[in-house]
Amino acid sequence: MGLKQKLHKIKENLKGKKMAPAFAAFHTFLYLPNETTHSGSHIRVADDLKRTMNTVILALIPCLIFGIFNTGYQHFLALGEIEAATNGFFSASFWSWQNFAAGAWSVLPLVIVSYVVGLGVEFIFAIIKGHEVEEGYLVTGMLVPLIVPVDIPLWMLSVAVIFGVVIGKEVFGGTGMNILNPALTIRAFLFFAYPTWMSGDKVWVLDAVERANTPDAISGETILGSLAQNNPVTHDWLDMFYGFVPGSIGETSALLILLGGLFLIFTKIGSWRIMLSSVVGAIVMGLIFNWVTDAGIITETSKFYGLMSTEFWQHLLIGGFAFGVVYMATDPVTASQTNRGKWIYGFLIGFIAILIRVFNPAYPEGMMLAILLMNVFAPTIDHYIVQGNVKRRLKRLKTKTA
Amino acid sequence: MSKDIKIKKGLNIRLKGEADKTLSSAPRSRTFVIRPSEFHLITPKMVVKEGEKVEAGTVLFYAKTNEELKFVSPVSGTLSKIERGAKRVITSLHIEGDPQDNFKEFGTKNPDSMNSEEIKNHLLASGCWPFIKQRPYDIIANPEVMPKAIFISGYTTAPLAAEYDFVLKGKESQLQAGVTALSKLTKGKVHAGIGGAGVSPFNGLNDIEIHKVSGPHPAGNVGTLIGEIDPVNKGETVWTISPQDVVIIGELFLTGKFNAERIIALAGSSVKAPKYYTTKIGAEVATFVYDAGLNEENVRVINGNVLTGNAINPKSHLGYYNNTVSVIPEGDDYEFFGWTMPVFNKISTSRALTFSWMFPKKEFDLNTNTNGEHRAFVTTGNYEEVFPLDIFPLQILKACMYKDLDEMEALGMYEVAPEDFSLTEFICVSKQPHQEIIRNGLDLMYKEIG
Repeated sequence: MGLKQKLHKIKENLKGKKMAPAFAAFHTFLYLPNETTHSGSHIRVADDLKRTMNTVILALIPCLIFGIFNTGYQHFLALGEIEAATNGFFSASFWSWQNFAAGAWSVLPLVIVSYVVGLGVEFIFAIIKGHEVEEGYLVTGMLVPLIVPVDIPLWMLSVAVIFGVVIGKEVFGGTGMNILNPALTIRAFLFFAYPTWMSGDKVWVLDAVERANTPDAISGETILGSLAQNNPVTHDWLDMFYGFVPGSIGETSALLILLGGLFLIFTKIGSWRIMLSSVVGAIVMGLIFNWVTDAGIITETSKFYGLMSTEFWQHLLIGGFAFGVVYMATDPVTASQTNRGKWIYGFLIGFIAILIRVFNPAYPEGMMLAILLMNVFAPTIDHYIVQGNVKRRLKRLKTKTA
Repeated sequence: MSKDIKIKKGLNIRLKGEADKTLSSAPRSRTFVIRPSEFHLITPKMVVKEGEKVEAGTVLFYAKTNEELKFVSPVSGTLSKIERGAKRVITSLHIEGDPQDNFKEFGTKNPDSMNSEEIKNHLLASGCWPFIKQRPYDIIANPEVMPKAIFISGYTTAPLAAEYDFVLKGKESQLQAGVTALSKLTKGKVHAGIGGAGVSPFNGLNDIEIHKVSGPHPAGNVGTLIGEIDPVNKGETVWTISPQDVVIIGELFLTGKFNAERIIALAGSSVKAPKYYTTKIGAEVATFVYDAGLNEENVRVINGNVLTGNAINPKSHLGYYNNTVSVIPEGDDYEFFGWTMPVFNKISTSRALTFSWMFPKKEFDLNTNTNGEHRAFVTTGNYEEVFPLDIFPLQILKACMYKDLDEMEALGMYEVAPEDFSLTEFICVSKQPHQEIIRNGLDLMYKEIG
């Protein structure tokens, strides 16, 4: 008896029992189920939710791998043990075995904890409520380690993941029903519950926290942090584009995010409407601020000057903007669900992200808050788009009867 | 007069086993079956008792709500069995067919010289009325209401479905008589959609407005035609009828007989020699399925096309409205890592390691596997790409699921039929039963609003 028949037998035995969804989650991971159509269309497309989610994960893998190397690189760079990468994207001092080992040692535990804790919560809810384990967390679980600082303690991550999955998703009814992006809910929880951990210049480089206040202290400030404090930026823009800068684990490499975004658009999984309009929104806001500084309305004495005078296109490269646009603003459940709504939703995300970035000196990363804010407003946008259709229908009736 | 309609949104599903354009005569079926469940929301009141003889055109039963609405036997023979299900609901009527049909005589008539009331009574009495369906609600038309227009789609875009240009060949005079009769029943016009290529038998008919339709499926769905020409508003009614049933109506006027003859397409990748057959409504599908031969044992036989038909037992019978019988392989097997492997042999609208976009001309051999488990709605924007009506498909489906009657009405429930959602159902990543959701929504509205 092969594996296929054995698993089929277990499935038949478990039918109707409490453990069935948990078993099904593993079973359907191994095998596409033997389910057939009953009503309506007798044939169905090849895509299912697992494949959809899997495609997003595929697009995230390069960011994860880059993040692992970058973690080691920033660590050794801050210690002064290696030279800065200067030979373009494929610099040998970046893609070294040493960097990878140090990075993997600290990043992989984050990935594992994120998945184990998050999927654990999902399984418990699936068993209690008797529904299938939905695939939503597969992407969330990969996003979470990529948007946190590398020095975050594992217990903190676990608490945040439990909070994010339960409050951000399960209380609304699970995947497909949530209002806020679960990954960003987790990130927002971390930021508001442990603010000293999540900002400043200590957490972005491996081991920086432990070495603080010792003679070996190292620090690595993010570009946004420097700009917000009107400090000069030491990285040139190519470094930002390649991602050789401190920051959250997976969000530094604009180049790989761009490739991931193109892959998502090509596979038709990510919405090109949201990605494009977010970029446009950010450029518009950036240009407005550039104009304000050029016109001399805000001068160098202002504390907003640093970020306001940042050239508009550099806003696209720094911080979590690119990552947020490609992987989180496009979450279909929490984004606007109508095609026209997506244009408005995306534009406002880009616009507000840069706005918050400039005017919020305590926490210059506006992307998280902009997406969460627009998540809340997405149903409202959809409402007005749908009302347009409803009004058109009523008008058709009126012109008929008139 | 001819108007052109171009449909952009949609999807042509190319499947293996298209019916070859040759016509064979199916052997005469021994038994014929009428299933009252095919007449949605009709509760039958029997007229004929078990064991009684019937002619082709004899009334078998009428609708409980409307005595005028009669349903007749497609053939002559003996009503051998009335099968009942739970709560004594009649599930099927079995007729033991005579070797030769005796027709009940309704008298030849000229629709040109009849008025609307006479035509209506003639159609009701002869059992031709159930062929006419109405929107809203996609049910048999209410004879009391005069529709604003009647729509006929003579263009086939559904996968493996019978080509109307082929099955209607040589039936121009019957079509004309039927169309003339129908044109008297509406305030407006009878509209017909025809394909751009090929010679349509509708060309050159009188009392009808012809529209040339082009584009991918569902361009040939009658719902798409209505949406493009004259969508149903609140309080309005339109009727729809399939061209083959117009032929039966036309023949009634020309010959005075209810001739239930059908040319059907037997298609699908499991059929050895897919082609067209002449048979009768209610005939055993085995009479032609085994004549054409099957490639495999584990198959699904479908009354209708693969997108909208009903699954039936291979020993069962042809449906009342169907002109296609599709046979495709069952997909009740597991596939190792099927959710993540690159897919070359299945259709997909995405490119998520699915490569059907590279072979736009390839004919696929799809089975009945859902290719995934049922999930909540997650993805957005993909239904709109295959849905040509001016309606938000995801939103109306959700409104049906949470049963908000006001919202369903506002979003356009009066305009739709379940078949309009067959393509969105086909491409649904969450494997939701769209047609069932819409059907239940329509039934709810019919019950609450009427």
